[in-house]
Amino acid sequence: MQEFVQNLIYGVETGAIYALIALGYTMVYGVLRLINFAHGDVYMIGAFVGFFACTQWLPFKDLSQHPEAATLNVLLAIVTLFLAMLICALLGIVIERFAYRPLRNGFRNADAHFWGFVAALPLTAFVGAMTTTKRQGAFLAVGVIVGFALRPAMAYLSKKIKPSSSRLNALITAIGVSLVLENGGINVFGADPKFIPDILPKRQISLLGIEFDSSRVVILIVAAVLMATLRYIVLYTRPGKAMRAISHDIDAAKLMGINTDRVIAFTFALGASLAGAGGFMVAAFTNIKVVPLFGLQPGLKAFVAAVLGGAGNIPGAALGGLIMGVVESLVASKYPQWRDAVAFILLIVILLVRPAGLLGKNTAEKV
Amino acid sequence: MKLRRQSFLLGAVLFGALLGGYGCKDKAESPSGGGSGDKPGTKTETTTESKGNSVTGDTIKIGEYGSMTGDNSTFGISTDRGIKLAIEEANAAGGIQGKKIELVSEDDASKAEQAKTVVQKLVSSDKVVAVIGEVASSRSMMAAPICQGAKVPMVSPSSTNPEVTRKGDYIFRVCFTDDFQAVVAAQFAFDQGFKNVAIFTDVKSDYSKAFGELFGKKFKSLGGKIASEPTYQSGDVDFKAQLATIKGSNPDAVLIPGYYTEVGTIARQAREVGVSIPLIGGDGWESDQLVPGAGTALEGCFFTNHYFVHDGTVEPHVQKFLDAFSKAYPGKKPGALDALGYDAARVIIEGLRKAKTLDSVALRDAIADTKDYQGISGKITLDKERNARKEALVLKIAGKEFKPFKTYKPEQVGL
Repeated sequence: MQEFVQNLIYGVETGAIYALIALGYTMVYGVLRLINFAHGDVYMIGAFVGFFACTQWLPFKDLSQHPEAATLNVLLAIVTLFLAMLICALLGIVIERFAYRPLRNGFRNADAHFWGFVAALPLTAFVGAMTTTKRQGAFLAVGVIVGFALRPAMAYLSKKIKPSSSRLNALITAIGVSLVLENGGINVFGADPKFIPDILPKRQISLLGIEFDSSRVVILIVAAVLMATLRYIVLYTRPGKAMRAISHDIDAAKLMGINTDRVIAFTFALGASLAGAGGFMVAAFTNIKVVPLFGLQPGLKAFVAAVLGGAGNIPGAALGGLIMGVVESLVASKYPQWRDAVAFILLIVILLVRPAGLLGKNTAEKV
Repeated sequence: MKLRRQSFLLGAVLFGALLGGYGCKDKAESPSGGGSGDKPGTKTETTTESKGNSVTGDTIKIGEYGSMTGDNSTFGISTDRGIKLAIEEANAAGGIQGKKIELVSEDDASKAEQAKTVVQKLVSSDKVVAVIGEVASSRSMMAAPICQGAKVPMVSPSSTNPEVTRKGDYIFRVCFTDDFQAVVAAQFAFDQGFKNVAIFTDVKSDYSKAFGELFGKKFKSLGGKIASEPTYQSGDVDFKAQLATIKGSNPDAVLIPGYYTEVGTIARQAREVGVSIPLIGGDGWESDQLVPGAGTALEGCFFTNHYFVHDGTVEPHVQKFLDAFSKAYPGKKPGALDALGYDAARVIIEGLRKAKTLDSVALRDAIADTKDYQGISGKITLDKERNARKEALVLKIAGKEFKPFKTYKPEQVGL
């Protein structure tokens, strides 16, 4: 019994993180009907921001050598939490702007300049690799010239490329973005595991024979606060109202004068910031290894959690995350090798029995 | 909010695709077969009889492949330091028959598939006369058949899975095997007075599974009991549920024969769920990333290892190595993998000195004859199975540092 309760508590902790990530999936699904598979990798970026902040950017001190620095570290950790959320929010906006929006709206002539430079990048990188370090100026100049030169070509292409409403295209793009982030991460950060040092004070809590770490409680509280804030934003603010309107009917929302592109970008930023917060907290509190594939498994699990709760349904995502965490923990205590399988068995069952998810509403598809 | 079935199906399909991709990635890193009792030399990949590579030109090319990046990058980087040092020393001393030794290094990114590719390149396009590598047994086993087929001797510095050298008569190692290491760990646990031990193995690693099995067998034969045997998978981040099972089975100690990438996290979570007994491991723990990953959670724990620099008096040849090492790599302390990399390179260099002709076939015979060679990690004699028979150390982690605790000779554990 005691072991059962203990596993229940562990499950709730894991579940809280799944819930944070699942919220991002569900919000994006709500407004765009798009499963943003890159979302798990945003979570990974959150962990890396945490790692760099803790080891290089901010004057954190290792508590095992400087126990007096606890207060300073806690303050810095709060700064890092917001930093991770901010950077991930920006990343979310960038992903939406450059991967999903062109697909949704088509290339616009005004974008031609930008894409000209993007197309020039591989060339300049090649020139850069060929020239010696002394001639960096020269290779930058080449890049700029090529970028300008490609502008008419891009403008021509932009007329040829039509917006695509295909869901499949968007999904494949999402997987592409995910792969870019993972492999780009391997290139930039290296694939070797990194560990965030002991920077946060921890205390062992023993309650009725159940042992857990104080940091777990912190994760739970921060996750709950973030979810409550999100609920407030969605229900009681103008952008939140706009989000709900878009989710209801994007064309009608556009006709009512809602700047849908901006609201969609806001939605991505919101979801990504939650994932970033989760990534940092997990990396800092549990000291697990931070690697570029950090977000792969949790991202998939959170996706299942979002579907379980009802994709597009915000309380559903939170509920789904908690259920996933608890089920996983209970299964792992007896049959550890089934831990990952059970999540996906759950997915299959829910798709067969109640495809709308636990809290989702089933609506007929208009053809 | 609205829901559309179609997109769900789409999502499910794509998600399946992603999952499939994930599985492949893991497979690439997971160990190759193993477990089969092949006779030496039967598992070769080339069908045409190779004559081996011989030295042409002014340099003698030796190949090296290792995990310079990727999951186990500290393994590759440490080994590389030792190898480079040995080769620089040999060249400074005039090389072999007036020829300088050239090291061709390749990175396998901690991936078994890539190990195969880069070793193929080393033996067929670089025409090296010998290959050094790898640390992880799974990757050594991938590359061994290629070296065997090309008749190029391969010396593994620190792959401990018994299967590695069974891939053929061109495959050697300068370290002991898990047959020995696991038995030492069992004997040690028993000697420490642990009578009831839980074993927590990584089901994805050949090394871990074999270690756990051999440990269990020996420990039971000594009269000990195995409390519970839960498993994890390398890459997992949450071990608390299994650790709660271990806690429920009330052991005196836990054996975790895994790699440093997970051990730190496991140790932290073990302390968190209230498992405060000592943890025991093998040479997979050896890494300067072990303690950063574990914090203080591994204090008072033990692991078996190949070599350790004792503080204070050391034998002169070890002192010479330490001096050369600190000169070449200021601020670094050589670990077991540095020493084994150095020894592997030295065994090959010694082989080149003794070889009748400068080609890979003659070199193989010279290496096979290695006897009582005074290496940094102990005296190296290669036996009929091309394994080194050496003593094993048990290290204790205290004050965030490794301290030598006990030594076991093969005879002491009945081998």
